[in-house]
Amino acid sequence: MEGQRRLLTAANAAARAIGLVPGMTVAQAQALVPDLQILDAEPDADRAALEKLACWSLRRYAPIIAADPPDGLMLDITGAAHAFGGPEGVLRDLVHRLAEVGATARAVCAPTYGAAHALARYGAGPARVVDPLELKAAIGALPIAALRLDADMVLTLGRLGLETIADLEAMPRASLALRFGSAPGQRLDQAFGRVAEPFEPIQPPEPITVERRFAEPIGAPETLARYTGKLVDELARRLEEEGVGARRLDLSFHRVDNRIEAIRAGLAKPSRDRRQMTRLLCDRLETIDPGFGVERMQLTVPAAEPLTYHMVSNLGEAPVPDVAALVDLLGNRIGEGRLFRAAARESDIPERSVARIAPMSDPTETRWPAAWPRPARLFARPEPVDTMALLPDHPPVHFVWRGVRRRVTRADGPERIYGEWHLNDAEFLGVRDYFQVEDETGARYWLFRNGDGMDSATGGQGWFLHGLFA
Amino acid sequence: MTERGPRPHLTTLRARIARIEGAERRSSGTLPFGLDAIDRRLPGGGLALGALHEVAGGAQGATDAAAAALFAAGILARVKGKILWCMTQSDLFAPALALAGLDPDRVIYVEARDETSLLSCFEEGLRHGGLGGVVAEAARLSMTASRRLQLAAESTGTIGIAIRRWRRTAEASDFGQPTAAATRWRVTSVPTAPLPVPGVGRPRWFVELIRCRAGESADFLVEGCDAAGHLALPADLADRSAASQAWLQRAAS
Repeated sequence: MEGQRRLLTAANAAARAIGLVPGMTVAQAQALVPDLQILDAEPDADRAALEKLACWSLRRYAPIIAADPPDGLMLDITGAAHAFGGPEGVLRDLVHRLAEVGATARAVCAPTYGAAHALARYGAGPARVVDPLELKAAIGALPIAALRLDADMVLTLGRLGLETIADLEAMPRASLALRFGSAPGQRLDQAFGRVAEPFEPIQPPEPITVERRFAEPIGAPETLARYTGKLVDELARRLEEEGVGARRLDLSFHRVDNRIEAIRAGLAKPSRDRRQMTRLLCDRLETIDPGFGVERMQLTVPAAEPLTYHMVSNLGEAPVPDVAALVDLLGNRIGEGRLFRAAARESDIPERSVARIAPMSDPTETRWPAAWPRPARLFARPEPVDTMALLPDHPPVHFVWRGVRRRVTRADGPERIYGEWHLNDAEFLGVRDYFQVEDETGARYWLFRNGDGMDSATGGQGWFLHGLFA
Repeated sequence: MTERGPRPHLTTLRARIARIEGAERRSSGTLPFGLDAIDRRLPGGGLALGALHEVAGGAQGATDAAAAALFAAGILARVKGKILWCMTQSDLFAPALALAGLDPDRVIYVEARDETSLLSCFEEGLRHGGLGGVVAEAARLSMTASRRLQLAAESTGTIGIAIRRWRRTAEASDFGQPTAAATRWRVTSVPTAPLPVPGVGRPRWFVELIRCRAGESADFLVEGCDAAGHLALPADLADRSAASQAWLQRAAS
């Protein structure tokens, strides 16, 4: 998207073969190929995927690696290439492995980062190793666009008759700097290795781990609990140093017979509270079978989030007590999905008007309309009842529910609810007429007629009991 | 014999009794219903906050506990803080609680797998101390379990309400068994007064205070919770107590 125009940002090999190129407007592309499949560009997701790829190559190829958005990876393979039999081996392996997962890659190994960047994007062949001696010849023939300059500058240079890097290199540097600033000269120097170009390598995210080994295997529950507490103490210190709080804790017990027992605990909010973490882990300690003994305990934080200090003031109103610890404890005991909050959803269909949200979500904005009566108990599936009612819009005179006949003494209604045609075609004509009725004992029911009482297209005209009022 | 100021013997005796009852047991205050007829029957002029209370539905309400749930929601709408609502059946309809004054953002629901984990969640909620109140829809509540819950409620001052709800009406006889709850209520829907126009009016409940620690049992005929969780006395009652008095006061001022 650029202003009001939608542009192609990328095209696969098949699209390129029929003449679609990035930068073309979507309208033009669709005119060329009527049944074109278009996906929205997701720059953030692309960047994240690139970072992941960089982390993966970090484990496999070299220690100094950086992601080069939008579409590149920089690997400093100095001193690391011998494991693959030289730079050619690294490139071959890299291109093959990416091809296995469906990514087409071009890899170049050159003495400078600028040259590698230019050759990978504008050179020929999927993989190439450039010797320092042939560097000048190799990049001299490339177009100026390969130099990582602004598109406007490349265009202007082209108008001046400078097409290749060799043309630019031949220009007197002073006049070039006067006309275009320092950028072209700097890029040239970087490509030819006359100035250094350091880059920031990525740091792989390493989970915070603490562990304890035992000379004698331990097995008694209270010993396990004590060492869990000690590990949590150590972990809390580490978390504080890093300024993060744990969202998930994995405590693994390595038994002497090489089996691993584990406890996993989740936290609704990042935390490094020792008592809370110890409580969560010890609460589940009974599920651990120590067998002949545990010789190593390891506590890992696979998911951590930044946690900073909050200023607490004792002026003004009292702070709201935090129930996150309780939510964690109960969630870990009975299952996280079993704790929820009810939020209003904008729907007239009663069973769709309530959404379950996470217990610690932010306060919601929407509320149910206060004008309409709603029963305290709502049946998951409305129960059919036998009734006697005057059509089209009278409440039933009596109805039979669960084998008992109830005479209606008072009734309110109908409250007509239409099907949500925008969600489901089958509901296009659907109508429910809800009545609140009271029987002679004072019990109140929420009955509805499926249909408007006149037109069979709106529903089967059957009566259902949907809920109970107080 | 003449009355001469406060009697010192009686005061010391009262203090001794209070100490025997449990010195560490702290009183967390009470939550009045705002209806004099009910509040004057309760020790301290309202529902004790750090205590366990039991509510059951009468008649058909033994199985659906709809009136009991709204009665509890009305009480909790008037306390501060978050509410933990534990249940095993998931037919509670949140909009109805909102209509009784309990804001949906305040309520955290717990859907327990069985009665045992329900009671453990109930107790954990009472022990936490950061909650305004805890509700559990429980079928069985033994003396031991209720005593644990009562002690947990006392330790933090959180109000606990056990809504007794059974799968079958026949099981409701369980309600006769003693528990350690401070009060025990039964709420039954009764026919409402006929309106001059077709339609149904505000629900009317027959509220029985079956058991009350340090108090006597009583029963009341009230109108269901309004949007702020308050009960009301029916205006057509013979003694016309609250409503007409309020009207008189307004007229006099």
